[in-house]
Amino acid sequence: MDQMLHVSSNPHVRDKMTTSKIMQLVVLALLPTTLFGIYNFGLRALLVVVITVASSVFFEWIYDKLMHKKNTITDFSAVVTGLLLALNMPASIPLWMPVLGSAFAIIVVKQLFGGLGQNFMNPALAGRCFLMISFAGKMTDFAVSDSFRGVVDTVSGATPLAALKQNGFTDSSVSVLHMFIGDIQGTIGETSALAILIGAAILLVFKVIDLKIPLTYIGSFAVFVILYMLGTGKGFDVNYLFSHIFGGGLMLGAWFMATDYVTTPITPRGQYVYGVCLGVLTAVFRLFGGSAEGVSYAIIFCNLLVPMIERVTRHPAFGKGGKKA
Amino acid sequence: MKPNTPAERLYNGIIKENPTFVLMLGMCPTLAITTSATNGIGMGLTTTVILAASNLMISLLRNFIPDRVRMPAFIVVVASFVTVVQLLLQGFIPSLYDSLGIYIPLIVVNCIILGRAEAYASKNKPIASLFDGIGMGLGFTLSITCIGAVRELIGAGSLFGHQILPLADAAAGKAGYEPITIFILAPGAFFVLAALSALQNKFKIGAAKRGIDPSNPDCGGSCAACGNTMCKGKRG
Repeated sequence: MDQMLHVSSNPHVRDKMTTSKIMQLVVLALLPTTLFGIYNFGLRALLVVVITVASSVFFEWIYDKLMHKKNTITDFSAVVTGLLLALNMPASIPLWMPVLGSAFAIIVVKQLFGGLGQNFMNPALAGRCFLMISFAGKMTDFAVSDSFRGVVDTVSGATPLAALKQNGFTDSSVSVLHMFIGDIQGTIGETSALAILIGAAILLVFKVIDLKIPLTYIGSFAVFVILYMLGTGKGFDVNYLFSHIFGGGLMLGAWFMATDYVTTPITPRGQYVYGVCLGVLTAVFRLFGGSAEGVSYAIIFCNLLVPMIERVTRHPAFGKGGKKA
Repeated sequence: MKPNTPAERLYNGIIKENPTFVLMLGMCPTLAITTSATNGIGMGLTTTVILAASNLMISLLRNFIPDRVRMPAFIVVVASFVTVVQLLLQGFIPSLYDSLGIYIPLIVVNCIILGRAEAYASKNKPIASLFDGIGMGLGFTLSITCIGAVRELIGAGSLFGHQILPLADAAAGKAGYEPITIFILAPGAFFVLAALSALQNKFKIGAAKRGIDPSNPDCGGSCAACGNTMCKGKRG
């Protein structure tokens, strides 16, 4: 909407909010998480973040250049994609992998389908899944050697979620408090629920996102986990429930990636349906699947369901439907 | 080139109407078995033999098969050849038989074979039909071998089973190629198929824009001396 004259179909609502501003707000909201990741994993994390963001912007620029298209890097969406992708990677990853992931996210998932607004799934998550499938070992290797603090220094332990998956319910190594604060193993951006919630609060205050999708997502996920606990006869365990909610990528996914405008339903009812789909699928992948994590696959899978969800939840046009007199 | 001559049929099958990249037929084996170049060439040649034999047989029988039951008749012919080839493979090349698995019996319903039987062999003379089958089969072989080679090279660093790129070994601290495993899994098939189709379109469209119609070898690329108004180069 940067042009002075813009011919488009209705609605002709005018707003000071632009794509560029929204994306800058998202970057701002991701800062606490990013900074905590750098604090937790050391300068290596900063390096990964810088490389991923820079390569995302570069691929966006070079694609526009080669295809003789309008330069779109000023809308900041490539920065957001790069940042989200970086937050989804472990700090110890070989540095060429973020570049490959950015290339896949920006060129294949976003630009080949028409650029921002046309991508059929979240580019950052698609990039992550591409790397995850290709280099499962490197993507889940959380060994960090140059941390600022002694806590996670040279510890290549399992993430709490992986420990939970291996050891079942009675795992005392998982402390919910630590998972909330975030000084644990994991990808750069997923460990601290606190930092993510601060960022989410920023987005909510500026009305970039609303509560519909995150709350139905986390809520339906929690309900499913509780049912699983009761159904398998293990009994209700608060520690287990909150470990699942604060552990892994659920928080980051629910607040920052499941709320991506392009790949979520626009109908309010559709957003509830979408949230429930996400919650149930994430829980199914985590509890019954082969890997400890399920958020990214659940989100990109539900991205593909969005056109169908919108179709069934569309508000009937005025004069159509309803009871015949 | 005169239509329906053996040479024209071979050219048509391999380049002009390449079953994989142009007709987009036979996608199921194309996507499923191209995890390596060896698999591609094995599947392609197996299909070629069956395609040539069934085209010849159906062309010979074309005046005897009633129109109403032609589909079942084609399938019976194709299935007989598939059974023969399957038993031969099992007996003489068991390693290929094992790696292609269920996709050998599935050649019966390969749409290239039924498509050529319906579109060509049932309407044309036996010799032309035989070469149509060979041409289509070789085009298919060439395409899926290319797809298989690209996927194998990127996804495993090897080609026809030989390690081309030395692999990285973290335990030994050896630097090397880190295979992008997704390329030998299902998504990789779609990436490579799409990329190669785009690439061959790029060449064909580029040639057409320069006034050369690569699908029409008659004119030798010079549009000025050509009276064919249906040619893409002339229209563009």
